[in-house]
Amino acid sequence: MVDLINLVQTLTTPHPLDRYLELIRPTLTTRVMRAEIIHVRRSVLGSVTLTLRPTRQWTGHAPGQYVQIGVVIDGVRHTRCYSPVNVASRRDRHIQLTVKAHPDGLVSQYLYHRALPGMVVDLTPAAGVFQLPEPRPERILLISGGSGITPVLSMLRTLADEGYPGEVAFLHYAKSPEVQPHRPELAEIERAHQNFRIESRYTSYGSGYFDYDELERVAPWFADAQTFVCGPPGLMDAVRKIFEAEQLADRLHAEEFTLSAAPVAVGEAFGTVRFAASGASAQNNGAVLLEQAEAAGLTPEYGCRMGICFSCTAVRRTGCTRNVRTGDTDSDPDQPIQLCISAPVGDVEIDI
Amino acid sequence: MTILTETKDGPLVLTPDQVEELGRQLDELRAKVVADLGDRDREYIYSIIKAQRGFEVAGRGLMYLGFLPPFWLAAVAALSVSKILDNMEIGHNVMHGQYDWMREPDLNSREFEWDNVCPGDQWRHSHNYMHHTYTNIHNKDRDIGYGILRVDEGQQWNPLRLGNPLYAFGLMVLFEWGVMGHDLEIENIVRGKRKWADVKKLLSGQWRKASRQVLKDYVVFPALSGPLFLSTLAGNVTANLVRNVWSFSIIFCGHFPTGVQTFTEEETEFETRGEWYVRQMLGSANITGGRLFHIMSGNLSHQIEHHLFPDLPANRYPELAPEVRALCEKYGLPYNTGSFSKQIGSVWGKLFKLALPPFLVRKESAPGVIVMRQQQPTEVGV
Ligand code: FES
Repeated sequence: MVDLINLVQTLTTPHPLDRYLELIRPTLTTRVMRAEIIHVRRSVLGSVTLTLRPTRQWTGHAPGQYVQIGVVIDGVRHTRCYSPVNVASRRDRHIQLTVKAHPDGLVSQYLYHRALPGMVVDLTPAAGVFQLPEPRPERILLISGGSGITPVLSMLRTLADEGYPGEVAFLHYAKSPEVQPHRPELAEIERAHQNFRIESRYTSYGSGYFDYDELERVAPWFADAQTFVCGPPGLMDAVRKIFEAEQLADRLHAEEFTLSAAPVAVGEAFGTVRFAASGASAQNNGAVLLEQAEAAGLTPEYGCRMGICFSCTAVRRTGCTRNVRTGDTDSDPDQPIQLCISAPVGDVEIDI
Repeated sequence: MTILTETKDGPLVLTPDQVEELGRQLDELRAKVVADLGDRDREYIYSIIKAQRGFEVAGRGLMYLGFLPPFWLAAVAALSVSKILDNMEIGHNVMHGQYDWMREPDLNSREFEWDNVCPGDQWRHSHNYMHHTYTNIHNKDRDIGYGILRVDEGQQWNPLRLGNPLYAFGLMVLFEWGVMGHDLEIENIVRGKRKWADVKKLLSGQWRKASRQVLKDYVVFPALSGPLFLSTLAGNVTANLVRNVWSFSIIFCGHFPTGVQTFTEEETEFETRGEWYVRQMLGSANITGGRLFHIMSGNLSHQIEHHLFPDLPANRYPELAPEVRALCEKYGLPYNTGSFSKQIGSVWGKLFKLALPPFLVRKESAPGVIVMRQQQPTEVGV
């Protein structure tokens, strides 16, 4: 099969075979993975749950991992990370994603308002080390807040599906029950499994925030458990502090709750520019990245130095940059940018 | 710096302020388009890609009926159109970064490869960087004559120049190979200005790219057509030839018809953005034609707009053209355009004329613009 594909690639050179196949059907690809949205459910306010059917390259996910999906908005392809919320199983070749529409989340708003069955999106293989270990530990504590529920929900469902015999506690923080997705599923799991303890806290009802007492109440055995936490920075910090104080930091597994940072207002130069590939870094002095890199002793490739030849293109891993020709700022992760006309706004990490 | 244009109505002087104002207006024009980029441009480039793939598949398929002359001709035509679209409206423009904003990995200037023996990365260096930055500057823009031709009076005449039209013909027929060799700067190796070691990497890249292209067009596809081996081979050779002749012609019309200007390194040493824009306008020429003609030329028929805004999607050039032209008129700058036959005729005329020693050629007063520096106004005798 692979040899046949290689032969056909010779015939379509220099274009990959997929560039022909996708013209017939976007999901008919040999190398590129995509997924078709086959079901859309908007059960709670502000969230949408999508069921995707990936193309045959999909090899499944471990509970807690994330995938990137890409959609086209106004002609531009945007990608974002989401954690599948469904049971991790190699048999079931579907992925379920729950997307919360953030007020200025371009992609989440788009999916919330526009996702329809039949839409095809880009998909990357599942990745991330935030996952349930094998073999399963004897006790597991899951803590989440807001849309941080997605990776831990996949863990919880997988444990339920496996008939996990150990002790499980799940503590989730949401604003209110109306905006908390998957409540019926949670109730169902709790009913079916004696050893699962599932509790929700609603902060707008004055439930209070995470603290030591809460931890003791929900999982008095937490010192023997493996703990997984995902949520907004406040929650993560509170959990981390307690675990550090108890010297249990090695039993705590945290997934940064990645919201793509909103573009920063352009002001004076601040922050640090990190050059990921070379390990160098420098204080951001406001100049364009090409000059800052050269000042730091690096020699990135360049040509015209005026934004026309694209010789200086490099990938911005994280942070926000401003195109000095158009004034536009952009902070999507992993985007190629032109170093000679891009100035960092705050902390930026560039792959040179 | 003062810019003085010698037109039929006499000289015209642009003050440095006017030049910068012109630059500002062009920047504004650019910003307007950038702000408007979106679905429309995306649909456009994908529709061209779809058409190109269609012609490609049709051309390859029809070769199997190549024993019937009309089908052979149709196959060659379809394959030629496919290769022309691939190289011009798709490859050239995508590799300029015109569609990078779409964030499609397959249409990213760094990733894209075209159906041509020249590796994309080398072309990006010799074309996007060298040619587009130093457009028409002697000794810097290697597109002036491609190291073998005399296309400007500023280039020295010597007896070898007598072969000028012949060399041009050779370059036209083998254009993709000429483009491939461009970044090697062979003549600089001969002159000892460049070491063999410098080109080793380039050569291995060329070998990798060209061998695959040759394998596909001249071995695998003919072999797959079995008894029609020779007919398919001839068809593929012809399609490549048609593409070569066509792209050579369009590209030569972009910079070498009468009326375009060349510059010296001194003139352009401390160029401002406004002056850079003016040089791009004076160094390029357009071709008039219908929509299909523009698409088939990769919109390089809008060479002036392309040189002002090399990274804007080419399908925007037609709508930019009237505005650029109006600006030229406002400032008295020439806007070099004409029909394909007029422009290509003028190119070949020049190639023949410049083959001859200067004393045999009647010196015409070149229309156009003299660029000079304010600090040394006596230099050009004002
Ligand atoms: S160096 Fe030419 S675009 Fe940056």
